[in-house]
Amino acid sequence: MKQRWSDYLMLVVGLAVLWQLAYYFAGPDAIAPPWQTLQRLAIIVRQEPFWENARATGSAFLYAAVLALSGGLVIGIAIGSSAAAHEILSPILETLYSIPKIVLYPVILLVFGLGPAAKIAFGALHGFFPVTLFAIGAIRNIQPVLLRTARVMRLAPLSLARHILLPAALPEIVTGLRIGFSTTLLGTLIGELFASSQGLGFMLIHAMDSHNVPDIMALTFLLFLVATCANAIILAIEHHVRAHAA
Amino acid sequence: MKHPALWRSAIAGGLVLALEVLCRTGVINAFTMIPPSKMLVALANMMRHADWFWADARYTFQNVAAAIVLSIVPGFLIGLVIHALPRLRRVLNPVLLSYYSVPTFVFYPLLIVIFGIGQLSLTIMGAMFGVVAMISSTLTAIDRIPRVYGKVARVMRINRWRTALRITLPAATPHLFTGVKLAVAYSVIGVIAGEFILATAGLGRRLSLSFNEFDNATMYGLILLIFIVVAIINGVLQRWEARIYRRWYRA
Repeated sequence: MKQRWSDYLMLVVGLAVLWQLAYYFAGPDAIAPPWQTLQRLAIIVRQEPFWENARATGSAFLYAAVLALSGGLVIGIAIGSSAAAHEILSPILETLYSIPKIVLYPVILLVFGLGPAAKIAFGALHGFFPVTLFAIGAIRNIQPVLLRTARVMRLAPLSLARHILLPAALPEIVTGLRIGFSTTLLGTLIGELFASSQGLGFMLIHAMDSHNVPDIMALTFLLFLVATCANAIILAIEHHVRAHAA
Repeated sequence: MKHPALWRSAIAGGLVLALEVLCRTGVINAFTMIPPSKMLVALANMMRHADWFWADARYTFQNVAAAIVLSIVPGFLIGLVIHALPRLRRVLNPVLLSYYSVPTFVFYPLLIVIFGIGQLSLTIMGAMFGVVAMISSTLTAIDRIPRVYGKVARVMRINRWRTALRITLPAATPHLFTGVKLAVAYSVIGVIAGEFILATAGLGRRLSLSFNEFDNATMYGLILLIFIVVAIINGVLQRWEARIYRRWYRA
């Protein structure tokens, strides 16, 4: 589906109109209108505490993402490479994936204590499973004929990985990384909503406690913007990889 | 591999046993985690004696059930509308693709402000989480119906309603079911997370209470319960899905 600029424009205008209508419907006690939210956001980002909190969230997210993505890739590829391991372990991983991770949050806090380690662990926990499952799927979905051809051509293991496995599995792996990236961000932010003394999630819960509607809206909007942009960038990479793999 | 299910049980059992040993020998101290056997005892005690248990369980169950209905039915209908209007679909496509990268929970405070603390907010939270998976699956499902089915229907002069009911719907079922599976999982997550964050009742709420009161027995009992319930729901849906796929793609 080819996207046009007018489509994006319509989307932005449509969302703004819906937002404004929601404001008229729910009133200023519940929702701040788009324009006021943008103004408030402009003020927030010019204040010092914001950047401290953004740094805290950013670094925690980065650690969590590295842990989740690398761990998920290694384990996913290892499991995917063995039919038996896949058959035995994949259902267990799928069930673990569908458990609401939030119920494990108390456990994480008890193990890691209050502080950045807990939110890193919680973020990584969210990101690990989708990356693993997509990596397993990527390896399992490689067409058998490719592997047979490689055997016939007597490819060395390294060139097998370089010329067959990587190009064939890469698109799906990138999809997994994209989803893992978002869920890690989600986990890190949820980790900050409770039991945390800094970070954007903490700012949000603080605004919630003091019932500061413009701040809630501005921060929510900012998180929405960052998540959507990051996703769009990785999606573009994904399209690129898919186009080249095809 | 001859008996994957057997191996699976053996691995899961081994992990639980290892946890039990680690807790009993004090490698993991009692403030951090209690042995799995004690979790089970705590859960059984809760179910028999705690006066709040069944009320909170019913509260959560109602919210989840309502959220599932509110994600599947509107999700399917919205999917149909979007599929019928290609222009609208092009406009909404970026939203559908990046919806799950937005931490939906950040909207929960807004829901509370608009709808108040209670079952309505929790249900909407769960539905917001599940509905987009259903919309996307509906779109995929209709996209994947082979065109030749429609042509055959026209050749045989089957009217529109019968075509929709007898041809389109059955052909779309496998992918629709994937959407249902996701919508169920996401609804559970959304509701329990919402209860955990801020609510007046429910198992998620009870979990966060017991954590704040350092009541490890109740906390781990509840965690075990949620694990078991989710594993059962997931197992049933996985099996059902496998059966549907086998029936439709018997080649």
